[in-house]
Amino acid sequence: MSQILPEGTAAPDFKLRVTPDQWLSLGNLKGKPVILAFYPADWSPVCGDQMALYNEVLPELHKHGAELLGISVDGAWCHEAFAQHRHLHFPLLADFHPKGAVAQSYGAYRETDGVCERALFVLDNKAVVFWSYCSPIAVNPGADGILDALERMPNERKKGHGHAQSSSHAA
Amino acid sequence: MGTLRVPVTQHDHVRGPANAPVTLVEYGDYECPHCRLAHPIVNAVRQHFARQLRFVFRHFPLSQIHPNAETAAESAEFAGAHGRFWEMHDGIYENQDRLGLPLLFALVRTLGLSELELQSALASGEYEPKVRADFLGGVRSGVNGTPSFFINGERHDGSYAFDDLVAAIELRLERRAAL
Repeated sequence: MSQILPEGTAAPDFKLRVTPDQWLSLGNLKGKPVILAFYPADWSPVCGDQMALYNEVLPELHKHGAELLGISVDGAWCHEAFAQHRHLHFPLLADFHPKGAVAQSYGAYRETDGVCERALFVLDNKAVVFWSYCSPIAVNPGADGILDALERMPNERKKGHGHAQSSSHAA
Repeated sequence: MGTLRVPVTQHDHVRGPANAPVTLVEYGDYECPHCRLAHPIVNAVRQHFARQLRFVFRHFPLSQIHPNAETAAESAEFAGAHGRFWEMHDGIYENQDRLGLPLLFALVRTLGLSELELQSALASGEYEPKVRADFLGGVRSGVNGTPSFFINGERHDGSYAFDDLVAAIELRLERRAAL
């Protein structure tokens, strides 16, 4: 397994294709927490389950004002077909050319297989890594780690514009 | 990761004695083919352990890929509000190949419940908060797909094959006997 960027590291900026004719950069999302979910491949069974789960959890992430981005080395057309087929409501970014360059900058590229690791990063509103986790490649890491991190993140590191803040999570 | 964060309460659907030494919690989706395969296995496991096992079912519908899962879960809750949860639960899994509104209405009629009341409960989303609460509790407990099982609060990472489930449950019984 690669060494992924740990907590406290400034997240490298990137600009990737999000659809065949649109680009998205991390800088566009400054001011709100961002979750980066690197995953090996569209269509493979585990990733499908993982992305389907995140799709359902999306409203909880939005309560924290956070945005979720899926990233793999698949091309934009492949992502488009996959997202349509699975009714995904969050962007999938194509780390396609040069292949895996963004994943490499996060330490989340599997050189031997030529795909992204199954790695999660929760970034704060200044794009500093607040929590990161690399799952064994065949294991769907679920969403509990992401939600725990968002709950632990102090409000001043979440604040931005857009979605309402959820400050209280009393049990 | 891997521990049940939401304890079993009287709001849960429970089969088996409250004081059973082992509790098996399943997070399931009514449209998930693996959950359907697990359903008769869980029943066999319940029979095998009889009064030593309490079984709890919680909803984990992945509704974006299973368009009928949420409606089915809310219909089971509707039946549950009339004390008929498990009959509905069994009926849905046993007929999963034709899951849809006509099946759900037919099952409700078979139970002597009102199809009109179910329609209005589905339209108003009366049971949606309960289903969502189950789902989120599952997410926080590390449920990453269905079916997911917890045995005495610990995630069961083995398969849902009869032998695997039985072995995992026996381990808990032995642990308890050793205390």
